[in-house]
Amino acid sequence: MQQGDTISAIATAMGEGGIGIIRVSGERAIEVATAVFRPASGRKLTDYGTQRAVYGRIVDETGAVVDEAVALLMQAPHSYTKEDVVELQCHGGIMPLRRTLQLTYQAGARPAERGEFTKRAFLNGRLDLSQAQAVMDIIGARTERSLSMATGHLAGHFSAEIQTMRHTILGQIAHLEAAIDFPEDEVDDVVTKDVIENVVDVRNKIRRLLCTAHTGRILREGLMTAIIGKPNVGKSSLLNALLREERAIVTDIPGTTRDSIEEYANVGGVPLRIIDTAGIRATDDVVEQIGVDKARAYVDQAALILALFDASRELTAEDEEILSLVDGREALILLNKSDLEPVLDVQQLKAKTCSEIIPVSTVNEDGLEALTQAIMAKVYTGDMSNDEGTFVNDERQAEILRRADEHLAACLRTIEAEMGLDFISIDLRSAWEKLGELTGETVGEDIIDEIFSKFCIGK
Amino acid sequence: MDKNVFVADRYDVIVVGAGHAGVEAALAAARIGCRTLLATLSMDNIAMMPCNPSVGGPAKGHLVRELDALGGEMGVNADKTCIQFRMLNTGKGPAVHALRAQADKKLYQFTMKETCENTENLDVKQILIDKLLVEDGKVTGVQVETGEIYESRAVVMATGTYLKGRIIIGEHTYMGGPNGQRAAMRFSDSLIEAGIKLMRFKTGTPARVDGRTLDYSKMEIQPGDDECRNFSFMSDVKTREQTPCWLTYTNEATHKILRDNMSRAPMANGIIEGIGPRYCPSIETKILRFPDKERHQLFLEPEGLHTNEVYVQGMSTSMPMDVQLDFLRTIPGLEHARVMRAGYAIEYDCIDPTQLKPTLEFKVIKGFFSAGQANGTSGYEEAAAQGIVAGINAAMFIKEEEPLVLKRSDAYIGVLIDDLVTKGTSEPYRIMTSRAEYRLLLRQDNADQRLTPLGRRVGLVQNDRWERFTQKQQAIQQAMEMLRKTSINPSQDIKTKLAEAGIEPIRNATSFYELLRRPDVSYDKLQTAFGLPELADEVRQQVEISITYEGYIQKQLEQVERMEKLEEKLLPEDIDYQQVPSLRDEGREKLEKIRPRSVGQASRISGVSPADVSVLLVWLEQQRRMKEK
Repeated sequence: MQQGDTISAIATAMGEGGIGIIRVSGERAIEVATAVFRPASGRKLTDYGTQRAVYGRIVDETGAVVDEAVALLMQAPHSYTKEDVVELQCHGGIMPLRRTLQLTYQAGARPAERGEFTKRAFLNGRLDLSQAQAVMDIIGARTERSLSMATGHLAGHFSAEIQTMRHTILGQIAHLEAAIDFPEDEVDDVVTKDVIENVVDVRNKIRRLLCTAHTGRILREGLMTAIIGKPNVGKSSLLNALLREERAIVTDIPGTTRDSIEEYANVGGVPLRIIDTAGIRATDDVVEQIGVDKARAYVDQAALILALFDASRELTAEDEEILSLVDGREALILLNKSDLEPVLDVQQLKAKTCSEIIPVSTVNEDGLEALTQAIMAKVYTGDMSNDEGTFVNDERQAEILRRADEHLAACLRTIEAEMGLDFISIDLRSAWEKLGELTGETVGEDIIDEIFSKFCIGK
Repeated sequence: MDKNVFVADRYDVIVVGAGHAGVEAALAAARIGCRTLLATLSMDNIAMMPCNPSVGGPAKGHLVRELDALGGEMGVNADKTCIQFRMLNTGKGPAVHALRAQADKKLYQFTMKETCENTENLDVKQILIDKLLVEDGKVTGVQVETGEIYESRAVVMATGTYLKGRIIIGEHTYMGGPNGQRAAMRFSDSLIEAGIKLMRFKTGTPARVDGRTLDYSKMEIQPGDDECRNFSFMSDVKTREQTPCWLTYTNEATHKILRDNMSRAPMANGIIEGIGPRYCPSIETKILRFPDKERHQLFLEPEGLHTNEVYVQGMSTSMPMDVQLDFLRTIPGLEHARVMRAGYAIEYDCIDPTQLKPTLEFKVIKGFFSAGQANGTSGYEEAAAQGIVAGINAAMFIKEEEPLVLKRSDAYIGVLIDDLVTKGTSEPYRIMTSRAEYRLLLRQDNADQRLTPLGRRVGLVQNDRWERFTQKQQAIQQAMEMLRKTSINPSQDIKTKLAEAGIEPIRNATSFYELLRRPDVSYDKLQTAFGLPELADEVRQQVEISITYEGYIQKQLEQVERMEKLEEKLLPEDIDYQQVPSLRDEGREKLEKIRPRSVGQASRISGVSPADVSVLLVWLEQQRRMKEK
């Protein structure tokens, strides 16, 4: 809504193509990019002129490399939005891309609203008059879509949780404000210890919610899953079993049709996005040529790897390579053909991997239940498993929660420094308003209603 | 032709009503140079305080400081006539420090009357206005009950609680204004005729008791501050006699009498229809809404130095007389209290303020302005604050100059008016610091810095105030510069001096500016330790606040800057929201009703979503470019 601040978002459709682009636009775009991107040349990003592609790496706050990337620097007004824009083209697939987005937030950008780049482009004179209508439609449509999302089951739980937090904070604000606005009325003294308790309570809730970011995202976007294994180990049978087991879901995400590159399987309520199913099918149909090279490419993209091994044969060099490939990754080791005479057993594999091993038979579909349980356990992590329905949906929500939490942390520091009620209230209000961005409520009248409902005030 | 109907005189600006809004409006217009008429229905009751004998408090005190900074009269008048001053909220942060004073009511009123009578360009007349005269959507003047007409191109209505005023004491009611005055019975009709939408509000006041019949030994004394304080940036009052107030409490016996008689309460039995304020509930409402509270506090406040009347703050009521007398006597110290005036409720017509522009001019009638309680507010300070803005803008209208619109980031006055015209109000509106989003910027100590230049621009700030202001600002700048430029090194000598002053040691060369940012360092300490120049109190205060709270202030300034971009995007007055595509229905409907002046104002209307705001921005840009073509 406010031009001038710096916004950032993933500009490419999720899961398509090998390259993901993060676009940062606004006064501080170059500053933000400089903080997260190191050119390979060792020179500064700002040393390069506008309209240049610079090869380098995305690094986090500790300097650790997150991804390889190309930065495209476009100085105002020669950019899509006519503001300073930096596009970071990341190569490492979806996880590093999200991490990079998060880093741009940390460096001072805020999550872009949908359609916001286009809005800025128009307001700054980049788009032509005839496009005004389209821009307004995009913005208008956004509300409709988010409204329909808000009525959904998951979102309902989520906003209830946020509203509870806001209510707790509001109670504290009302008390502080009543003490400030009615110093001569009978408002109990504000006990900062109570404020601290409430703030800490909300911070804990935020922390717990942030832990679900992972789960929420998976439930919304699907869990990127790769099925790998040497030829004839039963990849396509597993795929078919998964698809048959739970009816495959057709999603409305553009570009993902059933038989192109992805297939959706609903396993225990978790949507699996299985990468390059076309490839898997093709190999089983005709020539068995899928090998380690192909597996390597899958593994890079996947959030979960299902690695298949043949229980009826000895481990081969190919198997060994696949084991090293999944080392340190989220993976489930599936020992297939458990219905045949065993040659390779669980104990043997256990010596070579830390991942969970599940014996299955894709022929008679044994062990699929255990697989389902294992996948669910991976998605519903930690203590959230009982608290069904409350999930952080996307990076924008997560970022807003983090910022609200920062304000609450500031509030505790303010109390510590004995700055006075006014300043405690400023921090609490900031947190309260921030959380309101998640539920769409930021109007101030609530505070005043709360004061009058709680305190007997007046001459 | 009726002989009584004739044009008696012609003015630039006519102000209807001489309460706190009316006098500020009239004084402002006259001082700016417009020939102004101030019409009151009683010459004896100019600037009367019909309710509590006090001025100021949180946010209200801020308003007084602000209207003083613009060149208004309330602060000056209060400083001349108040009999107790207290700074409230010290220790809760500099932005919420609030000055509150007890007034000598009659002295306040007569001093203000004298000022009005002696102001150049200003005529004060006792006339009751019956009719607003409007032609072709423009105001042309007013008509008095006796028939004569006063012509003018600008009229400010500041009619307070007088429009169809109705007094209620228990089952007894009569049409009238506060304190036995007349009500204005016809003016509302002429407003309706002119197409203006009215609302009916209610407020109330407690009994006044005879101070000689009170036993103060049973109450706690509430003295004023030792330090002499003033509202006005122009006041130099250095000593002042301070008269105390007294604190006592209701008890179970009081509550029982009220509960037993609740069926006779006018708000319970339907006699009162108007909507009352939540923050100023009657004692019967308090008992109903907070039944668990064992006692309610009451302040006994003297109404002046030359009267025995004492105001019972906290005891506003419209109960029948027998009940009033009974419950008062249950209160410690009031056992033998003699009532001099009964508590009562008053119902009155006011306008729906969403019909006004932020200039306080009606959207549909050119030259017609409205201010004060008639706009649905409550409180002397709220009234006066609107009065000065309406007066200034009536004058700007006559002089065909840019009107004065204060932003929410400029002043509490801006918050007050923006709330009224953008959100409207469903009860008498009271200002509160919690209504301001940039509270840290809107401090009572820097009201001059925020507003005196604006008062100068419209011609209200005279030379004496302007000189005093510019000198103070220069002194602040010089002091800031000196503090920034002067550094000390961690030498032995300096270390000793710091230790002596009780300041934590420094490691590197440090400017005094940096030192002052530490919470434990004050200018006084630095001055004593390092022989810094003496600063006037108000200069030192500005320096300390702006340095100590720099981080917080900076953050709010950034918020303001972002909001400003939307405030600067003005919406055309003739905008047809049906023609703006992609607005949601609710947003469109609200925009049509409020007709905001800027996109910023639009964004504060409840029911207008951020997406609607974005659509407006795109649409404005589209229109601009189409015009260019």
